[in-house]
Amino acid sequence: MAYLELDRVAKQFGTQTVVEDFSLSVGKGEFISFLGPSGCGKTTTLQMIAGFLDPTRGAIRLEGKDLTAVHPAKRGLGIVFQSYALFPHMTAAENVAFGLEMRNVSRNERTERVRAELAMVGLAGYEDRHPRRMSGGQQQRVALARALVIKPSVLLLDEPLSNLDAKLREEMQIELRQIQRTIGTTTILVTHDQNEAMSLSDRIVVMSQGKIEQIGTPQETYEKPASAFVSQFLGKTNDFAAMIDRTAAAAKLVAGSWSAPAPAGLNGAVTVSVRPERIGFGDAGLTAKIVTRIFQGNHWLFQCESECGPAIVIRQNDGQAQPAEGEAVRLSWRPEDMSVRARAVA
Amino acid sequence: MSMAAEERSARAPWALTAPALMLFVGVLLIPLAMTVMLSFHDWGQYKGIEPVFILKNWHEIATDPYYAEMFWRTFRIAILTTLLTALLGAPEAYILNRMSGRWKSFFLLVILGPLLISVVARTLGWALLFGGNNGLVNKLLMSLGAIRSPIPFMFTETGMVVALAHVMMPFMVLSVWAALQRLDPQIENAAMSLGASPATIIRRIIMPQIMPGVLSGAIIVFSLSASAFATPAIIGGRRLKVAATLAYDEFLNTLNWPLGAAVATLLLVALVLIVVGSNALIERRYAEVFR
Repeated sequence: MAYLELDRVAKQFGTQTVVEDFSLSVGKGEFISFLGPSGCGKTTTLQMIAGFLDPTRGAIRLEGKDLTAVHPAKRGLGIVFQSYALFPHMTAAENVAFGLEMRNVSRNERTERVRAELAMVGLAGYEDRHPRRMSGGQQQRVALARALVIKPSVLLLDEPLSNLDAKLREEMQIELRQIQRTIGTTTILVTHDQNEAMSLSDRIVVMSQGKIEQIGTPQETYEKPASAFVSQFLGKTNDFAAMIDRTAAAAKLVAGSWSAPAPAGLNGAVTVSVRPERIGFGDAGLTAKIVTRIFQGNHWLFQCESECGPAIVIRQNDGQAQPAEGEAVRLSWRPEDMSVRARAVA
Repeated sequence: MSMAAEERSARAPWALTAPALMLFVGVLLIPLAMTVMLSFHDWGQYKGIEPVFILKNWHEIATDPYYAEMFWRTFRIAILTTLLTALLGAPEAYILNRMSGRWKSFFLLVILGPLLISVVARTLGWALLFGGNNGLVNKLLMSLGAIRSPIPFMFTETGMVVALAHVMMPFMVLSVWAALQRLDPQIENAAMSLGASPATIIRRIIMPQIMPGVLSGAIIVFSLSASAFATPAIIGGRRLKVAATLAYDEFLNTLNWPLGAAVATLLLVALVLIVVGSNALIERRYAEVFR
């Protein structure tokens, strides 16, 4: 049973279509990420859920009820903005209390809930600070507390971590995930950071140019990308041009001097995608030469020139000797580690 | 660093600011000091100005209720003008800020309009519209039967306040506008998502944040209105004098320069005290917003 449902939602600005045919059902308590490059329509979609924009077509339903008919002030969603949008003239406690005040919660209950909420985000004792006297991470926590204190039906996060430095961002990711697990609020996160999307979400919606490219768990989207865009956007990947040869007795998939049994359902020109960490150096397979070798602590990064174009290989630093620059190698991988897509031949 | 270099670097700021400093001293401080000194000189119808030190002028201003009335009128007009510009200017700036590109620049030009027109032409324009029986608006309203006698405008405090508010409006709008620019563009959405109505958003979120802008605009408008000369001179003339026109008359009509100097000095001192005092109050009150 879908808790929040987007049914063929579209948004047009003039003649420009920003979001097209967006359908998604979100289960209660789920953590969903909208992932894509800037301008892919992810924030627009979030704003339609929030009610700051009206969809041109399609329906948004919450527990079966049409959400687009509800004024944004009455939707009861918690939103954390990229800029946090805290009220600078109010203290942290006043900021958090604002939503409760609007709901006519009594003063005593308000004080209690604000204190509990600030404690949950790790800001106990910061009640009387003004936002301008707090660090970016602390402001972020106030914004989260302000969104959560009203017990929102859905929590919307609009690139909330993008203004934090790398270390703090990682900390906040872990914390955000823990908080979300504890209180179980259905959450939608908009981000352009694939690591953030993968480490936080139950499911990722990968978007490009207003369209959904793939919806799946982080693992699915990473290991079985539905399109070239997804495989390029989520981590590094190698794309090799290959052919499926059905003339032989056993149909074969061939890329240069590498071959494997052909998968069912495809024919002719295809693209084979393999993640760099799934490629190994062996005695058979694609012939290649190592161009550069970069040591990165826990792993080695090899840039190779193969017979099917450039390739990246990542090997764990497991203490074994690694091929040197300029050395000729053979690249191979297991058939289950690749994804094969039809390729348009020009 | 050698001693010579240290000495040079200590002298450098003085040397570099010397030209501006000399200009400042020459055209502002010296005339100002002379005006203050002048206010302690004596004056008589037949003997002219006598360079002596007496408190006659100050005593006259302090005891004659005529001067008290003048100064109260000046500040009453300045306060009402400030209130009027704040009440109209703040919403005007807010609406302007929400307009889209082309309309925004057009209406900004409309608001800045009064600054581009000579104060004399603009004030005479008001006189043409409302001046007695022949004023355009008065004539129209009377011929329509809406009013029986012309709306009094010339030689009234109301007229002065309206005409001053017109010219002072840009200062208020620009000042509030600057405060609005500092607002987080998502702040209204944030308040709305928490359940605030449009009226609540304006009262609880927008107003407190633009208040420093309104108040600094108010300081500008107040000090400019209290020391305004041209508008009160045209609207009020000799019949309804304010401090600035009073000083002018003493200087150029009565030729009692020392008395005029005393009036001008008192106006200056009062204004400085009011502006500095209210500025300190505002900065203390809105420390968190200004930071």
